Amino acid sequence: MVSYIVRRFLMTIPVLLGVSILAFSLIHMIPGDPARSMLGSKANEEQLMQLREELRLNDPYIAQYGSFLGDLTTGDLGTSVKSKEPVAEELQNRLPATVELSLFAMLLATVIGVLAGVIAAVKQYSWFDNLSMTGALLGVSIPIFWLGLMMIWLFSVKLQWLPASGRLSTGTELETITNFFLLDSILTLNWEAFSDAFVHLLMPGIALGTIPMAIIARMTRSSMLEVMNQDYIRTADAKGLASYLVVFQHALKNAFLPVLTVIGLQFGFLLGGAVLTETIFSWPGVGRYVLQSILGRDYPVVQGTILVIAIMFVFVNLLTDIMYKFIDPRISFD
Amino acid sequence: MPVAEVQSEEESRMEQADPKEISLWKDAFSRIVKSKTSLLGLIIITLLIIIAIFAPLIAPYHPIDDGSVIDRYQPPSGEHWLGTDALGRDIFSRIVHGARISIQIGVIAVGISAVVGILLGGISGYLGRWVDMIVMRFIDILMAFPSILLAIAMVAVMGRSLTNAMIAVGIVGVPQFARIVRSTVLSVKEKEFVEAARATGVKNGRILFRHVLPNCMAPIIVQTTLSIGTAILDAAGLSFLGLGAQGATPEWGAMLKAGVDALQTAPWVVMFPGLAILLVVLGFNLLGDGLRDALDPRLRQ
Repeated sequence: MVSYIVRRFLMTIPVLLGVSILAFSLIHMIPGDPARSMLGSKANEEQLMQLREELRLNDPYIAQYGSFLGDLTTGDLGTSVKSKEPVAEELQNRLPATVELSLFAMLLATVIGVLAGVIAAVKQYSWFDNLSMTGALLGVSIPIFWLGLMMIWLFSVKLQWLPASGRLSTGTELETITNFFLLDSILTLNWEAFSDAFVHLLMPGIALGTIPMAIIARMTRSSMLEVMNQDYIRTADAKGLASYLVVFQHALKNAFLPVLTVIGLQFGFLLGGAVLTETIFSWPGVGRYVLQSILGRDYPVVQGTILVIAIMFVFVNLLTDIMYKFIDPRISFD
Repeated sequence: MPVAEVQSEEESRMEQADPKEISLWKDAFSRIVKSKTSLLGLIIITLLIIIAIFAPLIAPYHPIDDGSVIDRYQPPSGEHWLGTDALGRDIFSRIVHGARISIQIGVIAVGISAVVGILLGGISGYLGRWVDMIVMRFIDILMAFPSILLAIAMVAVMGRSLTNAMIAVGIVGVPQFARIVRSTVLSVKEKEFVEAARATGVKNGRILFRHVLPNCMAPIIVQTTLSIGTAILDAAGLSFLGLGAQGATPEWGAMLKAGVDALQTAPWVVMFPGLAILLVVLGFNLLGDGLRDALDPRLRQ
């Protein structure tokens, strides 16, 4: 097991290097002069020279990449052209918001998706099966930005049940420790803030979780159907084991592997989909930050953010593979 | 006995063995028409194509030029079936014309994904060894980025426009094609007819393009259909963020973006373009699922 983890870890190194090269190349793929592109046509020669110097654009590519990697190892992701703040610091402030939203969305997607998939498989061709699979099909086809806006229109504008933007209502006080608001409110025993943060999470969480939920439900159903036809399930049934035990202990345990892969892959999708969701719900996370930076041509920020998200994605996949091996020790990747 | 005779005898025996044998594609088509859901998908896509071709005839108003600010934000009525937007333009007419853009996105973006992906996957699977190693590591790196985010980054670099959004969405779709084609090629290249071609001295390039890839068409077609849905969804997302279609272009995602500010007073501006996206993507997903079931030999009875 340990040697497997070590080998799997070593396999991610070339991917991480490639990711860093791609992120590094981003600035150099801008047509024309990157410094001019970032500062706009009003900038004078002196300002341009200064920015080129700051971004080391005058050095040879190899030297630039070398110092880029060197900075990375010390956690330096460059400096924002607009705010002059270090990108790493800005990300640190915004990452918890995005991760909290993504985890909440993933939790919703996994719990509801797996449950719906299991029930649909056990009661194949029942009304529940038809209904949930129709829902899942709509779920993978729906534009989440549209779904988000429609929810705002219904639940915030018409019914006024849920807040349409932000992480907390103005006036709600919360002492931040980790910047994960649900966690912080539990740690400080601030139940008012907890419920406020929770209602703020609901709509963005549902919008972001819809596609993964649909995919997980479909995957669980087909995986369960395959397992349920096998002999050992028939045996367990025949010897009179309670059906919930057969379904959850015997079948789901074996049907869960492909589902787990999907969950891991979808997490990366969430980090990307967060750009749309955060924009709609004015969620102060990384997604909105990267979009604002693109619109403002703040390329060091774009570079740093994309790099961090890709690295997170690589590690989530690594974790998924390790869990895979943990659940089914027969699996090897040789 | 001369070789030719043996062959013809062999052929006639095979024909006799199963007189009702029909081609894979005819069989697939009849399966799709028989399944209600994939037929629905096929109908939606056919409708989309018809609407796109005859857009100027179907749309009662011009999508960009007709409309004045006096008529802004009219709710749906007999005159404007789906209401009007901030500039008084007829939303129904704009959606009808937007169908053309959606098809454009589907063809161009997925065309890029398919051509590049099939080439990379085919060559990598067929040649194997170090070529495979390098290509697949490159694919791994592309896949290390969440797809929408990678597309956003590419548009950021190339500049904001619908064309660049289509290119970005196309590139982001390459890995999936490459992986599917590679794995199919890996199994097809072990077949006897490939061995036979090699034994008779056919060159590698010809074997790959004339013998191997044509036998990988089934998964490629399924992936193409499903990818068109995703591409339309992603391109609409980019336009919604302001990174795709610009200005007055009646692109559905851009129309949605333009309606956000009036969500409280004129929800129809957002509602209908979104429904159009949902319907079209649903159509491609339904047909893609149907094709997969029809073409996957493992699911056949």
